[in-house]
Amino acid sequence: MQKIFLSSFCVAALFMAAANAETVFVTLEKDNAIAIVDPAEGKLIKTVPVGQRPRGIAVSLDGKQIYVATSDDDTIKVLDSETLKEIGNLPSGEDPETFAISPDGKLMYVSNEDDNEVTVIDIAAKKAVQKIKVGVEPEGIAVSPDNKWVISASETTNMLHWIDTKTGKIVENTLVDPRPRAANFTADSQQLWATSEMAGTVIVMDSASKQIVQTIKLQVQAVNDELIQPVGVVIDKDRHYAYVAMGPANRVAVINAQNYHVEKYLLVGQRVWNLAFSPDQKRLYTTNGVSNDISIIDLTEHKVTKSLAVGRYPWGVAVKP
Amino acid sequence: MLLFAVGNVIAVGKQSIKIAYVSQERAVPAALSNLDDFIQNKGLFGAELAISDNNTTGQFTQQQYELKKIVVPLGGDLVKAFNSLGDDTGLVVLNVNPGQVNQLADLPAAQNKLLFDAASSDDELRGAQCRQHVLHILPSRAMRADALAQYMLKKRWREWFLVVGQTPEDQLYAAAIKRAAKRYGMKLVAEKAWDNTYDVRRTAQSDVPQFTQGEDYDVLVVADEQGLFGEYLDYRTWLPRPVIGTQGLIATAWHRTHEQWGAVQLQNRFKEQAGRWMEEEDYAAYLAVRAIGEASVRAKSDQVQAIKDYMLSDAFALQGYKGKPLSFRSWDGQLRQPILLAAPRSMVGVAPLDGFLHPKSELDTLGYDQPETACR
Repeated sequence: MQKIFLSSFCVAALFMAAANAETVFVTLEKDNAIAIVDPAEGKLIKTVPVGQRPRGIAVSLDGKQIYVATSDDDTIKVLDSETLKEIGNLPSGEDPETFAISPDGKLMYVSNEDDNEVTVIDIAAKKAVQKIKVGVEPEGIAVSPDNKWVISASETTNMLHWIDTKTGKIVENTLVDPRPRAANFTADSQQLWATSEMAGTVIVMDSASKQIVQTIKLQVQAVNDELIQPVGVVIDKDRHYAYVAMGPANRVAVINAQNYHVEKYLLVGQRVWNLAFSPDQKRLYTTNGVSNDISIIDLTEHKVTKSLAVGRYPWGVAVKP
Repeated sequence: MLLFAVGNVIAVGKQSIKIAYVSQERAVPAALSNLDDFIQNKGLFGAELAISDNNTTGQFTQQQYELKKIVVPLGGDLVKAFNSLGDDTGLVVLNVNPGQVNQLADLPAAQNKLLFDAASSDDELRGAQCRQHVLHILPSRAMRADALAQYMLKKRWREWFLVVGQTPEDQLYAAAIKRAAKRYGMKLVAEKAWDNTYDVRRTAQSDVPQFTQGEDYDVLVVADEQGLFGEYLDYRTWLPRPVIGTQGLIATAWHRTHEQWGAVQLQNRFKEQAGRWMEEEDYAAYLAVRAIGEASVRAKSDQVQAIKDYMLSDAFALQGYKGKPLSFRSWDGQLRQPILLAAPRSMVGVAPLDGFLHPKSELDTLGYDQPETACR
């Protein structure tokens, strides 16, 4: 009896270790480096120099490579995800800030903030294959999981541009609240969620009709409206919850993605910008730009379980399974 | 009935929005040093950058923005230049001396136009001398003084020694400082005029220790808008005290050390175009033209009245790279905005500072609030 108990305990421990085996990568805008974090141990493993002003970051589909937009180097660096050595560059155009990768892993769409353009890169060929003119200061960018649409959000033009992936042409422009920052599709591609930093709002759009179906105004008691500046937004696979990083309001909004009610505001670090799920979507990682740390949120409990100092101005976050 | 319906059909075509930028060259003022070149064209590049931003947006909204640039030479006829603007140019950005703002605003040709004062900080122009068709982009002196006072209160620098220069502008700045002192319960323990008279044994530098001797205070507040002596004060005071005001720690709408909230992008884009740093007047002209862009896109109109109505409505929110949406105060046409507290090479703070509260907008803790305004 005792033996059985013991072995099942071992299995459980093993399982937990496996579930937490992911690695979290965080770009540090002011340290010109990326931080490598073991979230299971809650430890910063190391910090690796990467280039000037790193911001957007993503892990390739196969998990073997990491892409980092080093804005002031005007390039996107490709790193080996094991050795963290630079193994190549992608021609991103000037001042790349964020980027999105097509669901098949072949193309990368990069926002060129200073040039009002989106650059399309063939990742394997390491070549820019197209430049698409968009509004002023494009930042947020997303590709729909069904690979039909690329969304570019231009911060100063205040629009979401719907780019047809087949033609690379803009087919629709949605005027939104001031300073749209980030956009993301639901896993079924049916909805687009986007944040407007200056208005403190999140909009939900229907992808088929390209109409706004809901505007969610974020408000926190005892926090001035002017501090509510949403940036990153992610929606879980089942569209149960959407999570929004609220910038200097220092909170992550937990939104019921079925009825659009904000259920909770979770206090994290200062000026929370970007978010990433763990592969099993049981945890959420946040970058807190001003307090120089990341927060780990347990999504089954909707509780912040840990804050971890990583370096100066953590900006982007990506997770490798 | 049918006719009525037909009459109401609006032609869906490209809208054309004509904006004039009117400026007069300034006489090169006396300078303390050759460190910073005098910039004659402050403002113009800001307006040009904003026009190109507006047109990037306009390509998606079928709106075309045109900038008519008029720079009158020193001694030239500014009124004549203003009168040469056609009736089809209803939006005018002014970068002129404070005294010329109302001179132009009161012209018959200006009555149906909307003017943007993109250079003055005069409280009078926003107060008793306000005009309903003039909006003010830069923070007033009262707003700047309040911003500094908030910082000094936070630092508990409660006892001020005020040094005032000789120009009328210095007197206005000093008046704003005194108003702020009263508002925030600060104490003006000393006030002295800097008279700029020297002889062979006395230089500005050597005068500072004895000029500041004999008083005890927390902070030296300087009113020297032209920069004729203020830079001499730091490190030379009898007691070791910080300098704040028009030199030392300054309150400004824009500064080269500002890089938060996307400001880096604006700084970079401006520098690429102008080949120099963005100055306050450049930022003001940029905001004026961008405000027109934002209001015309949202109101879907090229008409002055519709643009003005939207601009002064609660819905108007201009992105100004300072972390909070900018809007106009309905009572005096002043652009509501955060104010940067800057040292020459670092951003020290952004007012309103944390803890200074207001029932409507914390931005209204700076300058003349609705109950205090003299604008009627």
